[in-house]
Amino acid sequence: MDELLSEFLTETSESIAELDVELVRLEQNPNDQNLLGNIFRLVHTIKGTCGFLGLPRLEAVAHASENVLGKVRDGDLVVTPVAVSLVLESFDQIKWLLAELEENEAEPAGDDLDLIARLNLLAEGSEVPAQAAAPEAAAPEAAPEPEAAPEPEVAVAAGELSPEIADVIGTRPGEVPLDELERIFQETPGPDDAMAMEAEPEAEAAPEPEPEAEPEPEQEAAGTEVAVGKSSEVAVHKEAAPRESAVANQTIRVNVDLLENLMTMVSELVLTRNQLMQIARNDKDSEFTVPLQRLSQVTSELQEGVMKTRMQPIGNAWSKLPRLVRDLGLELKKKIDLQMLGADTELDRQVLELIKDPLTHMVRNSADHGIEDAIVRVKNGKPEMGTIKLNAYHEGGHIIIEITDDGRGLDTEALKKKALANGLATETEIENMSEQQIQQFIMRAGFSTAKVVTSVSGRGVGMDVVRSNIEKIGGTIELKSEEGKGSSFIIKIPLTLAIVSALIVEVAGERFAIPQLSVVELVRSSADSEHRIEQIHGTPVLRLRNRLLPLVSLRKLMQLDEDDLELTEEVVAEATQETSGMVLNSKETFIVVTQVGTYTFGILVDRVFDTEEIVVKPVAPILRHISLFSGNTILGDGSVIMILDPNGIAASTGEITVADGNEVEANRANLARAQDVTSLLIFKAGDTAPKAVPLALVARLEEIDLASIEYSEGRPLVQYRGQLMPLVPLDEQTTLGSEGRQPVLVFADGDHSMGLIVDEIIDIVEDRIKVEIAPDKPGQLGNAVINGHATDVIDAGFYLTRAFGDWFGAPDEEIGDKVAKRVLVVDDSAFFRNLLTPLLSVAGYQVTTVDDGRKALELCEDGAEFDAIISDIEMPEMNGFEFAEAVRNTDRWSDIPIVALSSHTSAADLERGREVGFTDYIAKLDREALIETLLQTIGA
Amino acid sequence: MADNSKVPAVQNGQNVVSLGALDQYVSITIGNQLFGIKVLLVHDVLGPQRITRIPLSPKEVAGSLNLRGRIVTAIDLRSRLNMPPRPKGEEGMSVVVEQSGELYSLMVDAVGEVLSLDDTNFESHPPTMAQTIREVSSGIYRLDDTLLVVLDCDSLLNFGRQDAA
Repeated sequence: MDELLSEFLTETSESIAELDVELVRLEQNPNDQNLLGNIFRLVHTIKGTCGFLGLPRLEAVAHASENVLGKVRDGDLVVTPVAVSLVLESFDQIKWLLAELEENEAEPAGDDLDLIARLNLLAEGSEVPAQAAAPEAAAPEAAPEPEAAPEPEVAVAAGELSPEIADVIGTRPGEVPLDELERIFQETPGPDDAMAMEAEPEAEAAPEPEPEAEPEPEQEAAGTEVAVGKSSEVAVHKEAAPRESAVANQTIRVNVDLLENLMTMVSELVLTRNQLMQIARNDKDSEFTVPLQRLSQVTSELQEGVMKTRMQPIGNAWSKLPRLVRDLGLELKKKIDLQMLGADTELDRQVLELIKDPLTHMVRNSADHGIEDAIVRVKNGKPEMGTIKLNAYHEGGHIIIEITDDGRGLDTEALKKKALANGLATETEIENMSEQQIQQFIMRAGFSTAKVVTSVSGRGVGMDVVRSNIEKIGGTIELKSEEGKGSSFIIKIPLTLAIVSALIVEVAGERFAIPQLSVVELVRSSADSEHRIEQIHGTPVLRLRNRLLPLVSLRKLMQLDEDDLELTEEVVAEATQETSGMVLNSKETFIVVTQVGTYTFGILVDRVFDTEEIVVKPVAPILRHISLFSGNTILGDGSVIMILDPNGIAASTGEITVADGNEVEANRANLARAQDVTSLLIFKAGDTAPKAVPLALVARLEEIDLASIEYSEGRPLVQYRGQLMPLVPLDEQTTLGSEGRQPVLVFADGDHSMGLIVDEIIDIVEDRIKVEIAPDKPGQLGNAVINGHATDVIDAGFYLTRAFGDWFGAPDEEIGDKVAKRVLVVDDSAFFRNLLTPLLSVAGYQVTTVDDGRKALELCEDGAEFDAIISDIEMPEMNGFEFAEAVRNTDRWSDIPIVALSSHTSAADLERGREVGFTDYIAKLDREALIETLLQTIGA
Repeated sequence: MADNSKVPAVQNGQNVVSLGALDQYVSITIGNQLFGIKVLLVHDVLGPQRITRIPLSPKEVAGSLNLRGRIVTAIDLRSRLNMPPRPKGEEGMSVVVEQSGELYSLMVDAVGEVLSLDDTNFESHPPTMAQTIREVSSGIYRLDDTLLVVLDCDSLLNFGRQDAA
């Protein structure tokens, strides 16, 4: 069966069962607005889902009963037994339709006009037909009851006995694949099985649903057919019950409490295991060692398995969305592109269940209200295709889900009017509200800005359901909207039960866990070390790679060691002295460099222990207001430990606002890192040390038959593509054999090509290279660690000259009297400077290099003259754009062509490059293009 | 680790015939005063435990501890009742109670027997009693030799919420 459909059946059956109970309770407490709200939402959800799945008959019934409930909610109708019976009857009808649907995967033929008519009459408030309908309504109810609906009956009874049943909504049992549980109990197969199991439902591409929309037979006259219809229903009802289970046989529903309990037991087991291991470690060669190892392994797998039962990728909650958006797009005649990022972000199953509906609602809202019609979009200068973007990721112990659309945004004026009309705020209150505050109104119950109530949305149950569902799991929802530009919802959900890897640190004798995700690096600082903590007016900072890192003293923040408070100035310097001699080196402090969003700061701690996998447990309610903690956990040694929330720490140090300012810099840092990644060809020649040469310089890799090598003046040559290509051995001592094949790296430049003879080509790696320039022999740029091996980086330029004496010399001769054109190369990477120099020299330029823009400008002030400047884009201190602008603003250099050299050559980059005055923009390592461009701009 | 120091929560040696008029209380002492907590509310009775301090927490919170894999928040009742801290060197005991799904360990000086008390000896507390005690108790039982203040766990644990709001 269609996965979508079967899920719908399971869910709707649950909702209906719940509705039966709730409705009966409502009859007893007709004034309970919460109850009513809940009922209304459930019916609304059913209706909405039916609409998307293309189940018109179900939708019609649900719509009619929703109408009635809507009237009741608005106070236009009073809850009477007659009304309740009628609504219950409509639920029964829905149940029957569901059963039919399950069996035939299609809605049964026929319609429910009679029922709908009665519901509509009820909604309109006319009593007579409702009364007339009452016996009719009662009859079918009585008939199917014996066999048909034992389930709801039991539920009703339960509802009467325990009013807490409503709480069940909150603690709905999690769904666990049967196989997974089986696996945990048996513990034999590897964890891979579970992975496959988990992946399976995802892989199942949602097939097109069966063509359900059979035209409803018109000959059936609604009125006369009622009786017949009812009897057939009864017949069907008889079989309905046993068939119910068919949908759910792949999974079993296990109460979350049970899993929780299991989890606790496993934690205990792990704890005991750890203790045993500790004992075993002290007692080597014990006969227990081997069985203990086995126990340890099984325990770990068991733990992993139990944890996995609760974790699911968020993509599961998204699987329905592409279809939904597509259908919506068709229905609303809009073009919508749904982008989903981070679908494999794992989160707790229970959390997943609870955010599923809110997410669906929000995407639906975005598509319906947010994205404009294609015509309007084009008119407003937007691309015809609207975009809805879903993005999920972990951030500092939370899961963030962003739903962004580029639609029309929220209409603040409309919101104001609506808020006034609904009495949510007075005029003066609204006057004083910020735009942000006004936008928050959409999260209130009964608030809808849609002018027309469509079958899609607009009844005002949307956003308040979303908010209440998210808040139920302790999350927050944030809204940003700009009229005309689009809206963005940011949902932040705590990882209440997720497993995180955490760094254990100690401050003032207390241990804390910091989620590893937000830890960037660790720095050890002592008075005499390279990293020394400095003070600016009592505020500690650390110089880290030419940047100042703000530091946060955990001791001060946590108000540990109250005696220290007066000594704030000294706290940092003496941070470790008071810890009752626990730290040996009193001057030593550790700095945990932490990143929150784009804001990086250091946390000062006394000691750093290991990292440990921890299960985040929520803190007790009375501690929840302390924003510095995201939870607590029990460590392997059995002690309780608080988990720090880097977000909270950043916020409480008042620095979170800096984030925007730092964004640019952080981006720059990322770019700088990206820029250094180079493709390198690794080979061996001569000695055993691996050698590397930038792949971009190599034209081709060839294998040359040694027998074809000829000699001219004692130098090896080979006929290659109709030319003679000189071969240069990397190592002078290499003597070429006369048979077999020899790998050769071919370097080409215009008409010249040269073969570098090597012993073996090993690999091509993409790596960040940091060349330590220490050439102990010619032809070598230096050494670098590549793939974990010390590797010689080869200076290709050196070998070019070896092959062609004139490669360097020729330009001089050609130019003769002419002065060689002068080129200034600005690049922060020594490697690239060293690479470009021979290249440009070979091409006949006189090259000057500097490592940043400031130095280049100093040269300008000193009166240096150049014909062209080649500049890198990503550089520290002053990036290429800033540099180009600065150059354009100088008097003397304002006309010099500047060529940008960058690994980023997106259209936006090019555009920006042109704006700031770059003459041209060339991809890094595109030698040909660089030479060509120089030739065109300034001539050789 | 706590097991050896655990005392059975219900010492139901004598045959108590519950007539509805009898309520069972775990008796605890803090300072010189006898208190009682309904026996059905009590999960565990613990000896001294290793407690993790929680910085920035309300002063009543002594920290948290691990009770068979569950994290329990320890509340120092002396602090809660505005009594002077326990003299150094004296090891207290704890009574673990549950409130809306969370476990709390109430740190007291000593835990005594389970008493079955007759309704007729119960009365509400005199208005002259200290506000701090009145707030957290529902009344007083007259025992033969002393008085037992009945602690109401819900109000006992209702502190620091204002900050949370």
